[in-house]
Amino acid sequence: MAEEKLRMSRSLRFAPLALLLLIVLALIWRLATPTSTNVPSKLEGKALPNFTLAEAVPSKPTVSAADLATGEPRIVNIFASWCVPCVSEVKVLQELKGRGVAIDGIAVRDKPQDIVEFLARNGDPYERIGSDPQSQVQISLGSSGVPESFIVDGKGVIRYQHIGPIEQSDVPMILAKLEQAR
Amino acid sequence: MIAEAGLAALWLAAGLAAFQFFLMILALRSDVEVTRAMRSIAVVQGTLTLVAFGMLLLVFARSDMSVELVFANSNSAKPFIYKVAGTWGNHEGSMLMWVTILAVAGAFVALFSRRTGERTLIAGLGSQALLALGFYAFLLIASNPFARLSPAPPDGQGLNPLLQDPGLAFHPPTLYLGYVGLSVAFSLAVGALLTGEVDARLARAMRPWVLGAWILLTLGITAGSYWAYYELGWGGYWFWDPVENASLMPWLAATALLHSINVLAARGALKAWTMMLAVIAFSMSMVGTFLVRSGILTSVHAFAIDPERGTFLLALLAIYVGAAFILFAVRGATLKEGAPFELVSRESGLVVNNLILSVILGIVFLGTLYPLFVEAVSGEKLSVGAPYFNAVAGPLALVLAVLVGIGPLLSWRRERRPVLKQLRIPALIAATALAITIILAPGIGILPRLGLVVAAFLAAAGILPLVGRNPLRAPLATWGMVVAHFGIAVALAGMAANAAFTSERLAIAKTGETLSVGPWLVQLQDVTPTAGKNWTAIEAQLRASRGSGAVTLKPQTRYFSDPPTETNEAAIRTFWNGQLYTVVGKSDSSGGWQLRLWWKPFVTLIWLGGALIALGGALAMLGRLLRMRRRQGASVDWRRKSYA
Amino acid sequence: MRRLLILLALVAAQPLLADSNLPPAYWANRQLPDPKEEAKAQALMEELRCLVCQGQSIADSDAELAGDMRDLVRRRIAAGEKPGDIRAWLVQRYGTWISYKPTAELAAWPLWLAPIALLIIGAWLIRRRIKLKAGS
Repeated sequence: MAEEKLRMSRSLRFAPLALLLLIVLALIWRLATPTSTNVPSKLEGKALPNFTLAEAVPSKPTVSAADLATGEPRIVNIFASWCVPCVSEVKVLQELKGRGVAIDGIAVRDKPQDIVEFLARNGDPYERIGSDPQSQVQISLGSSGVPESFIVDGKGVIRYQHIGPIEQSDVPMILAKLEQAR
Repeated sequence: MIAEAGLAALWLAAGLAAFQFFLMILALRSDVEVTRAMRSIAVVQGTLTLVAFGMLLLVFARSDMSVELVFANSNSAKPFIYKVAGTWGNHEGSMLMWVTILAVAGAFVALFSRRTGERTLIAGLGSQALLALGFYAFLLIASNPFARLSPAPPDGQGLNPLLQDPGLAFHPPTLYLGYVGLSVAFSLAVGALLTGEVDARLARAMRPWVLGAWILLTLGITAGSYWAYYELGWGGYWFWDPVENASLMPWLAATALLHSINVLAARGALKAWTMMLAVIAFSMSMVGTFLVRSGILTSVHAFAIDPERGTFLLALLAIYVGAAFILFAVRGATLKEGAPFELVSRESGLVVNNLILSVILGIVFLGTLYPLFVEAVSGEKLSVGAPYFNAVAGPLALVLAVLVGIGPLLSWRRERRPVLKQLRIPALIAATALAITIILAPGIGILPRLGLVVAAFLAAAGILPLVGRNPLRAPLATWGMVVAHFGIAVALAGMAANAAFTSERLAIAKTGETLSVGPWLVQLQDVTPTAGKNWTAIEAQLRASRGSGAVTLKPQTRYFSDPPTETNEAAIRTFWNGQLYTVVGKSDSSGGWQLRLWWKPFVTLIWLGGALIALGGALAMLGRLLRMRRRQGASVDWRRKSYA
Repeated sequence: MRRLLILLALVAAQPLLADSNLPPAYWANRQLPDPKEEAKAQALMEELRCLVCQGQSIADSDAELAGDMRDLVRRRIAAGEKPGDIRAWLVQRYGTWISYKPTAELAAWPLWLAPIALLIIGAWLIRRRIKLKAGS
């Protein structure tokens, strides 16, 4: 009985190599463009979700979605007294305030006394501050950490999300984005 | 001095590896007799690398802070066992362990390999040396474990508290022995492709190495799963995390390889498959090493996030796997396969077994890398996790488990007996199991239910090869197969029971309050502060009872200072029919304490099954080694060839 | 006195990641009273990815934001919302990244087709290995 000689076709033999090439290319791409651990909000370009918050400190009014659609672009800054990078961000926010930018704050998982102390120690750039003790509004905005800032235009549409503290070097960019949002 | 000695040993070993590779080229191209030299050099290379690793162990044991690695990863306050285990609890140290095993495996092949053809052996040893060379280069250039720090700081930065656990002493070394042990299969396959000696004899030579690596890999994965289970505090034992998948993929390939080798050894068939699987198994090990150390995938396990090192490893991977695949493509045409197999035969069963294992391997591979592909092509970020893998790999695994019960009953070449008759009893048992689960547990999901049924079937069918013959006279290899397959049934039963019957209770309790979980009543008696060598903790005292008698459990939340971390130490009690798993969390504003309680019936079967699978492999290996010994005693053909 | 000692032990341990001073949300670590609802909530939580730890589902995560998301899921399930709708709401905000279960969108189809495709390819590869016709 003659034995069938089963030979592999050329395409079959080179298939693993082709597959390897594809995979290595994908891995090279990944090494070249490292993944960012930030999870950006998908609400850029969309309307601000409706929300109301309790007031965070007695001396300031609270923030609600309606307050943010005033006709002029505003910054909503998500912060907390226990957030370390927020401390240095406050100075930059004050500079922005000095340049006429309207800034509202949402304090996440915070207590009134702590917020008052934080503002007294570091400065107070906020017109209004809302209290978000269980991150509910933070989640509804698609924000995943503190500090983050959203630029909301006059009609209540989110135009830009800035993840992480706004640094000194970011100021020109933020001002430009605010202009675009008019 | 010690560190420098280690570094020197490493350089010397690298030099010898290069020389070993050169010898292989020489031998394959001309007629120079190099076997003796090759064997000796391989052994010296292995020894030198072992010395280097020993030196690293020594500096860690002595907490020598002038070595940068020790400073970054250890602390003099650490208990001794964790000082030593800390040697491989970091990137450079574990990489050195990797290379040590690679070199020592090569040395062992050089010392003990008697069944391989001479030319293939030389080619294999040369290939192993080439593998080692790349990784020596990686260590010496990009990940030097012996770098000094001057001036030496007074104390170190400590070790991640999650790693201060007996699991660290056991899990990585075992896993690495398995991973890197597969390099021998790779090298022998490459050697055989180079020399053209792909045959049953090669399969018999490769088998013990594959078996050994596979056993250790099984143990390593099982241990890792149990470690994660009790350490992470939520009762999960497998998360389809990219690094976990990176350990599962070589295992799947190795399991397929093991069975393919049996066909090659018995029938001289499936040459191409076996060679490809041998290459893929170690390639998966290298892919795993790359994934863990390059930072390209998010994982709780990720070691060193360093794209530069990642690039180096990717280059090695591309070169090694690429060369092996090119060799396969070129030489594949010369692999003459035999006649097709009969439909109902053990060979066919094993082919289908391999097919399903390969499909599962492909799915795990695709699922792990898919988010990367999608992001590369479209920029979109999507996540692939447990819901996908469980839904897809689960059913396939169940089908495979059923076939595992049937396959061993088939004869080689052609099964003439009515196999289905033999399976009547297991089928009956499975049907009974199905009925029982429907009656007693109507609400459980379909996958867990099927898991229990298939487990019952496999447990019964798995022991059939021993039924009807004197068990004491059955070969050890058969015992090994039976035990391993039975272990699969046991593990499957455990996983299904865990999915179907776990009771969970999450609540805030004040001291004195009682909660119920499953059949248990658990009372929070007290919460006290306590402390250990380098941690402080809150300890809850729980009294659990079901019916008569009570047990005490003391879960803790521990706080470490170097580096500052918080961990949950679950208190687990094992009973014959399950585990009581308890965790205490923080207190809330009302003065109550957060408690997480689980009653997990038969969950320990999961790891018991894993251990049985490894035991089965060990029995099979023992059987084969004893058989080889017996043959060595009798005078046989091959002894006329002089090797050394 | 005992509470003081416990508080001292807590104070002496400084957490690394800045944690808020507030306790977890009500439903972060409590089960819903209705077991069916709790099962639905649990199943959904196991499919949602933790934004902080990133390698775990929110069901297995100790992060505060994960606790707040568990609270959100449980409250909404208790209010009668369907798990699919809650997931969709979250995907609207965070993208498909947040769902461990690949959704039905186009980019995820290859994942679900892959097993079948692989089986077919595998079967084709071994087609000549096994004699399907007697005496061929």
